[in-house]
Amino acid sequence: MSKTFSIGGIHPHDNKISINAAIENFPVMERAYISMSQHLGAPAEPVVAKGDKVKTGQLIAKANGFISANVHSSVSGTVNSIEMLPDLSGNLVQHIVINVEGDEWEESIDRSSEINRKIVHSPKEIIDKIAECGIVGLGGAAFPTHIKLSPPPGKKADYLLVNGAECEPYLTSDYRIMLENTEEILIGVKLMMLALGVKKSYIGIEENKPKAIKRMKEIASKGYPEIKIVSLKKRYPQGGEKQLIDAIVGRQVPSMGLPIDVGVVVQNVGTALAVYEAVQKNKPLFEGVVTVTGKCMPEQRNFRMRVGTTFESMIFAVGGFPKDAEKLVSGGPMMGKAVSRIEAASVKSTSALLLLTLEETKRGEEANCIRCAKCVDACPMGLEPYLLNRLSRANRVEDLEANMVHDCIECGSCLYVCPSDIPLLDTIRLSKAKVLKIIRSRPKK
Amino acid sequence: MKKLIVSPAPHLHGKESTKSLMRDVIIALAPSLLVSVYYFGFSAVKLALVGVATAVAVEYVIQKYIVKSKITVNDYSAALTGLLLSLNLPPNSPWWIMFIGSVVAIGIAKMTFGGVGQNLFNPALVGRVFLLVSFPVIMTDYSIPTSWFREGIDAGSGATALSIVKEGLARGLTMDQIFDANNFSYSQMLFSKIGGSVGEVSALALILGFIYLLIRRVIRPHIPVAIIGTVLVFSGVFWLINPESYADPLFNVLTGGILIGSIFMATDYVTSPMSKKGMVLYGIGIGVITMLIRYWGAYPEGISFAILIMNATVPLINMYMKPAKFGKEVKHG
Amino acid sequence: MTAIIIFTIASLTVLGLVLALILYFTAQKFKVVEDPRIDDVETILPGANCGGCGFTGCRAFAEGCVKAETMDGLFCPVGGNDVMKKVAEYLGRSVEEKVPQVAVVRCNGNCDSRPKSNNYDGYTSCAVMASLYAGDTDCRYGCLGQGDCELSCDFDAIKMNPRTGLPEVDEEKCTACGACVKACPKMIIELRNKGPKGKRIFVSCINKDKGGVARKACAVACIGCTKCQKVCAYDAITISSNLAYIDYNKCKLCRKCVVECPTNAIWEVNFPVRVPKKAVAEVEQQ
Repeated sequence: MSKTFSIGGIHPHDNKISINAAIENFPVMERAYISMSQHLGAPAEPVVAKGDKVKTGQLIAKANGFISANVHSSVSGTVNSIEMLPDLSGNLVQHIVINVEGDEWEESIDRSSEINRKIVHSPKEIIDKIAECGIVGLGGAAFPTHIKLSPPPGKKADYLLVNGAECEPYLTSDYRIMLENTEEILIGVKLMMLALGVKKSYIGIEENKPKAIKRMKEIASKGYPEIKIVSLKKRYPQGGEKQLIDAIVGRQVPSMGLPIDVGVVVQNVGTALAVYEAVQKNKPLFEGVVTVTGKCMPEQRNFRMRVGTTFESMIFAVGGFPKDAEKLVSGGPMMGKAVSRIEAASVKSTSALLLLTLEETKRGEEANCIRCAKCVDACPMGLEPYLLNRLSRANRVEDLEANMVHDCIECGSCLYVCPSDIPLLDTIRLSKAKVLKIIRSRPKK
Repeated sequence: MKKLIVSPAPHLHGKESTKSLMRDVIIALAPSLLVSVYYFGFSAVKLALVGVATAVAVEYVIQKYIVKSKITVNDYSAALTGLLLSLNLPPNSPWWIMFIGSVVAIGIAKMTFGGVGQNLFNPALVGRVFLLVSFPVIMTDYSIPTSWFREGIDAGSGATALSIVKEGLARGLTMDQIFDANNFSYSQMLFSKIGGSVGEVSALALILGFIYLLIRRVIRPHIPVAIIGTVLVFSGVFWLINPESYADPLFNVLTGGILIGSIFMATDYVTSPMSKKGMVLYGIGIGVITMLIRYWGAYPEGISFAILIMNATVPLINMYMKPAKFGKEVKHG
Repeated sequence: MTAIIIFTIASLTVLGLVLALILYFTAQKFKVVEDPRIDDVETILPGANCGGCGFTGCRAFAEGCVKAETMDGLFCPVGGNDVMKKVAEYLGRSVEEKVPQVAVVRCNGNCDSRPKSNNYDGYTSCAVMASLYAGDTDCRYGCLGQGDCELSCDFDAIKMNPRTGLPEVDEEKCTACGACVKACPKMIIELRNKGPKGKRIFVSCINKDKGGVARKACAVACIGCTKCQKVCAYDAITISSNLAYIDYNKCKLCRKCVVECPTNAIWEVNFPVRVPKKAVAEVEQQ
């Protein structure tokens, strides 16, 4: 029996059209644009200078502050410049631009395809290794993993949940690695369990990926009895952190709380693979699997791609810009960001490049709310989007807080279902930020 | 380089629109409409046509010439109101009654509040109740017009089952006597009722529409189930106490517009609560008020009034009956 | 019949009297003692409740005026000096005259000079758009054109011009309350001194990018070339991060910088029309 979360949710068509495309290596580009802000928190501080020779996997920028992460070169070559360049939203971010010369890796990286099952590190060493290799959460938020694996004093994790739900339509990168790097993921999960000191772990996978569930179960039963594979109903947002915890262990994270408050840490399968590679293979996080897909595309591909590849080159690698593509989305169609600059480059947590046609993505003209309550039914947090939207437009900040606007997880379900095409989430997101700012500015009790 | 579209997430949108939802409700009403055409012939067709045409025309005229807003007649909501109202009139109603009803429904109950989504009361019901209090004779004359397809229906009754019962009880008859005297039977109620408004000839056709709406996820079952459940329980208690002078629960549900009211009127999006808890409370309220009117009020039916009264409480229900919030009940430390 | 009428009138009269007495006594009992001057000051104020003074509304401002020792820092932008003078007179204090100000839009990149590089398809709100990305043109600083300023204005003084996609201020109506300044997420709008007979000069651009980048994004951007600074005899122009700024207190309205600016980013307002630059050059050549 598949598990699922308790409130709301929607059922968009999953459109996993790239599901059968095996992972292929994306050719290394001529020039890499490596952003210093690939994670939540402070940007990393460059440790190389213009003209320096760097190798693939070499540390080029150090974590700056508590919440930050190291950045490594994804290519070998010469540092061309360190400058402010627009990211996919057009905002300026410091980038290290590297002219690629060959592909020479750091000697310390184990490039063999052999699986290294022997765990020799202590929990402390594992966490240090993860921090050193600049691993960030690959589920979307890109929160530095080593911080998530070090719960604050007084809080203890009971379970490690690993998110293999991939509930976003179109995305297949997690699915491919679950099929192709199954055991590596399991070892990665085991490493994280050791680091956290938890005895039990669950990997949640949506039931529209039966092959991945089967393969994961098969290998887990052979040597990883502490890791359980859980089949989840196909329902968006199954892979939301709070929803996943509710679905698998039946605990609900309180408002404004973190998963650790209910004794759970959630990681993504991609992160697990990165942890394996970092700890067992000494390989920093400088490449990841990116799905390049879209109904308007002649072919669907899953690439293992270096960080710092421009969106432009991704499109041209798959045969150029399709005529009817009108929107580029980095990430899934429900929570991904629309790309406004194709010269911007991928980051560690880039999981997909999705091309949508006008028909698929164009918003309808806003009409009157007919109070159908579909948004209320869809909201996985039990909020009332129609009301929050109205309050947001009237800027009634106190009422917004009383109606828990800050609990919104921005999953987009309300806007998806709205028959009147009201930009619910647009206004809610803005007032959520306002209310959160007010709440955080209050003196703590 | 092509200019890309940039917008906040989500980048996909559901296929549903106000138009498609309203169209689904109209499709769900089709079986009832067909059955009514079978029984009442041209009369039913005439009412439906006049109702829809007037409703659409009134909305168009008001939007175009009076409030000068965007014209929304193509979202089918006005057409639905007109159709619903036509199905809620006695089959023998003259066309001008339908016309006045549609004008009141759209012009007063809907457009004065600001059009679709803004009205407090169900427009079709406002229209019906307006007609009921203004033209009580016409609106309670349930004699059956001649049909193209079917003849010989007991055209003499001219009153609804509930009013027959009410009168009978007032004359001191028992329920059994009334039933026997009028040849009431449940199969008749399911397929071809003994007098009643156009749309409720066949309970089966209405239930068919209900199932369609549920499958298409247009409505939630909460409101109809709560109303019907309440009516069953309420009348069941009285029936058990005194079956002599109270009709049995099934009779109460199958007659007097409970089905059409609970499935198509009470579930109107605009005038019903937003949360499931609220929907249940709203349904119970409608059920109780209906039965109060039936047993102790002046009118034999009463669901129209019950729905309108509960419509007025919807803002209050929305304020206090909030959906269950995620993370409120913490199951663990 | 007559008895009924008399009885009705009598009973209603008595009822009315009793209720009036109850109201009177409750009003007396629960009377809130307030400085009566607050009411008087409030009647002097324009009653726009715009919040431009920094208080929540006119009554709060009146209360603030009465409670404060001096009139320093208290100013009603809507009523202006006249109203403040009246208030000060009433309270028996002195008030310094303030130079009248007006909202100024510091972006002149219209649809032609600043072409769109992508199409925004979301809620019509600058705030939403600004939180999403840098904007639908290549200029990260420029006006987003969704009209948050127009919505924020209580006086109908700022309007989006659909032709240019930029807001325009009606200086007759503008009270310099500052609502639009707060509403603009790009911080394009500034309150500047209105100047003698409304004459004023300002840099209509806030692009801090390097000259080339700014110019590529917008034909009328300030490129930080310092030409205006050099030509200014009054030291009124400062350049920081590739952007010129004219200090309205120092500017003597000589208009030299306007002529000098190679991108026409410096604007003059309410000056008599003069012969276009090109024509002047032609005349000189001849």
